[in-house]
Amino acid sequence: MMHEPLLFDQGSRGRVGCTLPECDVPELKPERLLPKKLLRHDIPGFPELSEVEVVRHFTRLSQWNYGVDTGFYPLGSCTMKYNPKINEEVWRLPGFSHAHPYQPESLAQGALELMYELEQFLAEVSGMDRVSLQPAAGAQGEMLGMMLIRAYLESKGNPRKRVLVPDSSHGTNPASSAICGYEVLQIKSGPNGRLDPKAVADAMNEDVAAIMITNPNTLGLFEDQIAEVAKIVHAKGGQVYCDGANLNAIIGISRPGDMGVDALHFNLHKTFAVPHGGGGPGAGPVGLKAHLAPFMPIPVVEKKGKRFVLNDDLPLSVGRVRTFYGNFAALVRAYAYIRSLGPSGLRRVAEVAVINANYIMSQLKDYYHLPYDKHCKHECVFSDARQLPYGVQTLDIAKRLMDYGFHPPTIYFPLIVKGAMMIEPTETESKETLDQFIAAMKQIAEEAERDPELVRSAPHKTKVSRLDEAKAARQPNLRWKGKESATE
Amino acid sequence: MQYIPNTEADCRAMLDAIGVRSSEELFADIPSKLKLKRGLNLAPPLSETGLRRHMKELAGRNADVEQYPSFLGAGAYNHFIPAAVSHLVFRSEFYTAYTPYQPELSQGTLQAIYEYQTLICQLTGMEVANASMYDGSSALAEAALMAHRINGRREVVLPMAVHPEYRTVCRTYASKLGLHLHEVPYTDEGTTDLKQVKGALSDRTSAVVVQSPNFFGVLESLDELAEAAHSAGALLIVVVAEPVSFGIVRSPGECGADIVVGEGQAFGNHLNFGGPYLGFFASKQAYVRSMPGRLVGRTEDKSGRPGYVLTLSTREQHIRREKATSNICTNEGLCALAATVHLSLLGRAGLRELALLNLRKTAYAKGAISALRGYELPFAGHTFNEFVVRVKRRAPAQVNRALFAKGIIGGVELGRFYPELSDCLLLCVTEQNSREEIDALCKAMGGGR
Repeated sequence: MMHEPLLFDQGSRGRVGCTLPECDVPELKPERLLPKKLLRHDIPGFPELSEVEVVRHFTRLSQWNYGVDTGFYPLGSCTMKYNPKINEEVWRLPGFSHAHPYQPESLAQGALELMYELEQFLAEVSGMDRVSLQPAAGAQGEMLGMMLIRAYLESKGNPRKRVLVPDSSHGTNPASSAICGYEVLQIKSGPNGRLDPKAVADAMNEDVAAIMITNPNTLGLFEDQIAEVAKIVHAKGGQVYCDGANLNAIIGISRPGDMGVDALHFNLHKTFAVPHGGGGPGAGPVGLKAHLAPFMPIPVVEKKGKRFVLNDDLPLSVGRVRTFYGNFAALVRAYAYIRSLGPSGLRRVAEVAVINANYIMSQLKDYYHLPYDKHCKHECVFSDARQLPYGVQTLDIAKRLMDYGFHPPTIYFPLIVKGAMMIEPTETESKETLDQFIAAMKQIAEEAERDPELVRSAPHKTKVSRLDEAKAARQPNLRWKGKESATE
Repeated sequence: MQYIPNTEADCRAMLDAIGVRSSEELFADIPSKLKLKRGLNLAPPLSETGLRRHMKELAGRNADVEQYPSFLGAGAYNHFIPAAVSHLVFRSEFYTAYTPYQPELSQGTLQAIYEYQTLICQLTGMEVANASMYDGSSALAEAALMAHRINGRREVVLPMAVHPEYRTVCRTYASKLGLHLHEVPYTDEGTTDLKQVKGALSDRTSAVVVQSPNFFGVLESLDELAEAAHSAGALLIVVVAEPVSFGIVRSPGECGADIVVGEGQAFGNHLNFGGPYLGFFASKQAYVRSMPGRLVGRTEDKSGRPGYVLTLSTREQHIRREKATSNICTNEGLCALAATVHLSLLGRAGLRELALLNLRKTAYAKGAISALRGYELPFAGHTFNEFVVRVKRRAPAQVNRALFAKGIIGGVELGRFYPELSDCLLLCVTEQNSREEIDALCKAMGGGR
């Protein structure tokens, strides 16, 4: 397959890819406008390309990328559902995409109303009282949630020292606690893959600020004892944080706010179908119970009569976690998604997501080891235990799936399952697609026995074959440095 | 049902294959007392037509910079975006992809990020850049945390001339880790007070932060601040909110910066009422293992062909996750792609031309406004495309109202951030503002004499 040279190895001296507006003011020399010591004369190595070269370059790159529009993308816990096209149209309306964050409130009533309403929607689906739309991503939402808990506990006289985190939690949970100055104490899951109230009770004392729970958890299982756990934590004055990354599995059916959760974050790019852009932007609003609301970041949108206003005046606020009001263009898409589905549609999302995941689980459990053989929610977790005797590991299975035209599932996560493969089909995949995926997985299980080398050496049909990640880490090459490095 | 392909019959067939009678059974693990016994209290679904109409109505209640000439800046800039940027960024192979965890299927995203990292290094004059951060303010906060990781010190000098919201974000991040921020004032020139910076320095100082052009649009003397910071064994963190300035202003790397962060929205990203934006993050090579966020590296595949992967990911939450000092895992991939495409189109000559255009138009506007009666320019420092105007005998809000009556969106009223500057406006002029618009601005500002 063709190799696409870097931008810096293409083009020719003097080429420019766009026309700038004409200069209709006096064309003073830069030396007359700025002192010499502040001036820059050139950026050596910077691209010099025509428009068509740029267009072809990035079009070719796009063709070597796999997205939800390209095919099935069952990346567990990432919820790669279809991104509705109408949403891409509406956020680009000039009133949204060309509005400046500092324009007067009177000139931004539509944007503020949208934010106000989205807060109400998210509060309703989660059972929380308030929602901060500010965090730019789930991990930032987690961090903000823990900051709010800390601020609340501080206001009660003691921020406490420790946060309990189950071993099945998301990778960022412990880091988000640490960044808020907490020590992390890991809690072992029970044998059924769920949180054990006794383990929490044993670890819980007046030094524990909070517990962070993912529900449904990263095994795709509902934490059925969450209400009991919340009672135990609350009894000792602690708070319950819920990682809402998997909210899509229960939306319209059950609400974290009714389970005793005090704070949770939403991943709008997961549950509410905002496209993820190859790693962002997303958006990670945080839902709160009323006692945490005084600490929310500023500003908050409020309604005064018929007008929407931004309120900066929250004396106990933790401040801000980013500029302006959050990833607004992501908020517009999530709002549009909720409006187009309505209450019944959102409930149907959870039902079909769960049916799809259980269907895959039921069809593959005779071929792959299933460590927790229970009905799952939105995702199921297999391991490579049956293929290991043939020398085929999870990574090999993942790479071989590419040859069948599928994006692999999440692998080696959750950490509590050795060689995990975490499959999340979402509700936007048809039975036919699932059947094709199931057939490919069965085929690979068979290949692993018959011709393990075929699987171990996969992928065979992608632009590049397996990449040397060890070399990338040992001899980091993180930027182009001149023509010679391109030909190495 | 919208966006759900499976019919009732499909679901029936799947439920049979699973071996359950209904989907209810799949939710039997949720205790009945935790189930919602009613429908969600949300408006009924809208058709696509209905949704489009409703969204147009909402969007129509906002003013936008296509409709009105605008002189707002302050961390969000109205720049020209070539049509090719949207066409490429909206290729769904880019925007419907996830994080490139499987490099063989993500070479497009990965190569584009590698190119982005290179462009950021070239712009900032630094040696290494990451795959992007949430926005300029959180990038600055992470830079302060990184400086602490590097030298273990706990005090940060944070000038008042840094964007007020960036400072608030720093305070939010820093307070939980026990970092202390020293705010230092600005001079009559509108620059950070070097003497005060020197006075605040000690062997406890981890880093000196400086924004250039600063919040008042004034360019700072980075060399002097770098020298001062380094003489105390501290790092210099430079933050740039308006990166178009990189086209004409000496790079922070050349001036001795150790970490350079900022906001990349100006390149290829719409104003979007404040987000999503693009935090960029660059540093000296020596600090790469303390750097937060993702990095893309070049490597080769089994046949020796070049390829790209996420790399050095063991730095953060992946190992000893309870000891992690940063929880960053996402980046702003699509925003970084937009910037990469935009910068490729501008190129070496275009970026300089664009920066010069901003500089010239702003000089023209400054000259015209300072000639008006009732206004003065309080700060004498050199500016790029923003400047502060003092309004005499009227409130800045009155000026803005008068401007909007003429269909012009005026400047940011500085009183909301700096009580002592409550008689001042911050105006921004970019290549999007024609001479006619600038003349109309001056005419409308002068009208109230």
